[in-house]
Amino acid sequence: MTRFLAAAALAALALLAGASAASAMQIEKIVSPSGIEAWLVREQSAPLVALNFAFHGGSTQDEPEKSGTANLAADLLDEGAGDLDGKTYHERLENHAIELGFQVVRDYFHGSLRTLNEHRDEAFDLLRLALSAPHFDADAIERVRGQVMSSLQRETTSPNSLASNRWWETAFPGHPYGRESKGVLETVPRITADDMRDYVRRAFARNELTISIVGDIDAKTAGALIDRAFAGLPAKNDLKPVANASPSGLGRRIVINLDVPQAVVNFGGQGLARNDPDFIAGYIVNHILAGGTFSSRLYKEVREKRGLAYGVSDSLVWFRRAAVLIGTTATRADRTADALGIVEAETKRMAANGPTADELAAAKSFLKGSYALSLDTSGKIAAQLTQIQIDNLGIDYIERRGGLIDAVSIEDARRVAKRLYSGGMLVTVAGRPIGLTSSGTE
Amino acid sequence: MPLKRINSAAAIAVLAAALATPSLAAEPAGAPVADFTLANGLELVVIPDHRAPVVTHMIWYKVGAADETAGKSGLAHFLEHLMFKGTAKNPTGHFSQVVASVGGQENAFTTNDYTAFYQRVPSEKLKTAMEFEADRMTGLQLTDQVVLPERDVILEEQNQRVANNPRARLGEQIDAALFLNHPYGKPVIGWRHEMEQLSRDDAIGFYRRFYAPNDAVVVIAGDVEPETARKLAEETYGKVARHNNILPRQRPQEPPPVAVRSLTLADPRVEQPVMQRAYLVPSFHTAKPGQSEAIEVLAHILGSGSNSRLYRALVVDKPVAVMAGASYDSFAFDMSKFGVFGVPHPGVSLPQLETETDTVIANVIAHGVSAEELERAKFRMIADAVYAQDNQVSMARWYGSAIMTGATVNDVRHWPDRIREVTVEQVQDAARQWLDKQRSVTGYLIKDVSPQAEKKS
Repeated sequence: MTRFLAAAALAALALLAGASAASAMQIEKIVSPSGIEAWLVREQSAPLVALNFAFHGGSTQDEPEKSGTANLAADLLDEGAGDLDGKTYHERLENHAIELGFQVVRDYFHGSLRTLNEHRDEAFDLLRLALSAPHFDADAIERVRGQVMSSLQRETTSPNSLASNRWWETAFPGHPYGRESKGVLETVPRITADDMRDYVRRAFARNELTISIVGDIDAKTAGALIDRAFAGLPAKNDLKPVANASPSGLGRRIVINLDVPQAVVNFGGQGLARNDPDFIAGYIVNHILAGGTFSSRLYKEVREKRGLAYGVSDSLVWFRRAAVLIGTTATRADRTADALGIVEAETKRMAANGPTADELAAAKSFLKGSYALSLDTSGKIAAQLTQIQIDNLGIDYIERRGGLIDAVSIEDARRVAKRLYSGGMLVTVAGRPIGLTSSGTE
Repeated sequence: MPLKRINSAAAIAVLAAALATPSLAAEPAGAPVADFTLANGLELVVIPDHRAPVVTHMIWYKVGAADETAGKSGLAHFLEHLMFKGTAKNPTGHFSQVVASVGGQENAFTTNDYTAFYQRVPSEKLKTAMEFEADRMTGLQLTDQVVLPERDVILEEQNQRVANNPRARLGEQIDAALFLNHPYGKPVIGWRHEMEQLSRDDAIGFYRRFYAPNDAVVVIAGDVEPETARKLAEETYGKVARHNNILPRQRPQEPPPVAVRSLTLADPRVEQPVMQRAYLVPSFHTAKPGQSEAIEVLAHILGSGSNSRLYRALVVDKPVAVMAGASYDSFAFDMSKFGVFGVPHPGVSLPQLETETDTVIANVIAHGVSAEELERAKFRMIADAVYAQDNQVSMARWYGSAIMTGATVNDVRHWPDRIREVTVEQVQDAARQWLDKQRSVTGYLIKDVSPQAEKKS
């Protein structure tokens, strides 16, 4: 039991970076012998190598009637590749204590690898096999498909999944951002080995490949390892374009009837693109309204003063072609309307008046100071470097970040608060909230 | 899966070198973890890690849900929440505000055996964090104005964690059936009807009984030297008086288990049935030397990851399950649990899955495990310990939870050595002795399809 549980269902939010520990960290841009770029941080206190990488093109590449293809492919890459069957592949990983993981999100295919220095050649060889010669054997497909179906089946009565899925499909109807990366019960059974091979062929390529390495390793060795895993991939990917989109359904409230004691609420609207000049100001203002700490306005009003919920928070979430603000809370049925009313009133108040000067100063101080804590393990550093690269923030971003935060004035904060919170919200509720019904039109 | 770590970051190199050798040669890692006690009885453990200018400061109290009086379930956790409500010196929110102003993180957690509070702050703020914690060790002030809304918060927490989640409800029922006499059978969050009655006086009474320097351990991981930490602790915690009436933890113990127990929870929201079992087994604290390490290795071989016995037999080879595994947590002050679970393949009934699971377990009991499996498990478990040292919070939590459940700093330090010593015979013995169905409760989670189902929740 913990005092505070951060909203888990939201898309991972890259932390804004920039403080003391940051300036001590040297990021080196390296180029492998075959010409692949990567960012390297030499961290000699541990005999480990942490690799993080991303290809462009995640579940946006799925055919709508076969949504879940990229996700299923990712789950199958370590189930047999090259001359190794699935059992042997897994044994090799375990025998060398190599940790290898793949994850598909809407815009990207992410990979991470962690190995002891002694086994790094083996680790990068196993990664190469997974990326370039996955088997997609029939028995493995059925096994992994069964696992995905089992979890989708379970989600059909989960209030968190129901509220979240409905939010996204209403916000982005007919657009790949409206579909869950995992797919749905109807589409996952249709996915074939050829569909997955097609995805791998189109997405796994050397262009639009982002790589970050952290560990006790020099540039030359790192370059050789990168080539070991990635040099054999095609030079160029072949991705379907994704259209720009804005969330729709703002002003609507959708209630999904489900017999649970606690109603789960998702709320949100238009966000800010990561390259929007107002992004940093928006991030600060949102931290003040609903960031995941004990001091946000929503936390104080909804939880601390009234005891309406265990958690309440929202986050800016950005994609390559859209940006949203999405939050969540969960309350008992007879007080769901109260909790939602407070969220709406506080959002309006922030839009009208912005934060106070004291709140702004405290938020800046928190966001600058908390950076060191977000970069305290090799794996976290590697993941953060990948995020900075795919967001095009520049190799000096970590040093610049503190200045960017300091530059936000109270006028900026008020202006951006108005911009961010005036557009209306789409609300989805799963449960039996008393006195709340669906409202608004498409 | 219980996370097992070894020593401090400084020992990583030594240990990894040991790991790299095929023989897994024992290499005692002489990490500079400091352990000392102040005059008022407060113990401190300092795990230096100078990679970043931050510290993780945790205070652990040797009191948890298993120490609640009957009828007051959820009180230890409720008090954990109320500890954030301020003191005479620092009114509500002030501590959190100061932590936030330096970019720090804070939180707290409660289990059956302990309650802990922590802050992660820049190293130069360590003393500030200690001052606040020392202040609220005895200075907490509560009024109904803050207590009553917080009681609603824990009730919503119960909704979120348990009432809304059929698998969590099944877990509660299994624990309640497994522990016939010991308070581990109650949920840490509490039973709702008792939570609803918890009062300010209950909380203050519990607080005065258990919160004291001689009932606590401070664990600090990060950018600080032990001598500095000692000096700061003496200036802050050192001023808090010892509590002379702290009694040793003596909970009602379990009688020998004699009945195979099974239960079924039907919930209308269940779309994926589950079979879950718990066996009553020793913890590190209650076990004979070597016993709990053998059980840890057994849990790994039987049910951790896709090379495990259960996964290979039930998910890959047969297949009767979409997922299967096992787990064991050696950190409990009294007896612990060994868990086994399986999610059936469509068309496979829970009794069929249970039978197949029993076959896998019976096979380990009858024939043991191979030397190769044993070596792979040990290597992987010790490597996890190396990886975990990359994380300051993991390190602090490991030491803290070990000490709270009766282990010592030295026990933690030598965990890899003890794992290395486990033999195939010990693993088989552990399976034979502890994976006896008479020691267990098997729970089925199924869909409730009765017409009244709508009214039940």
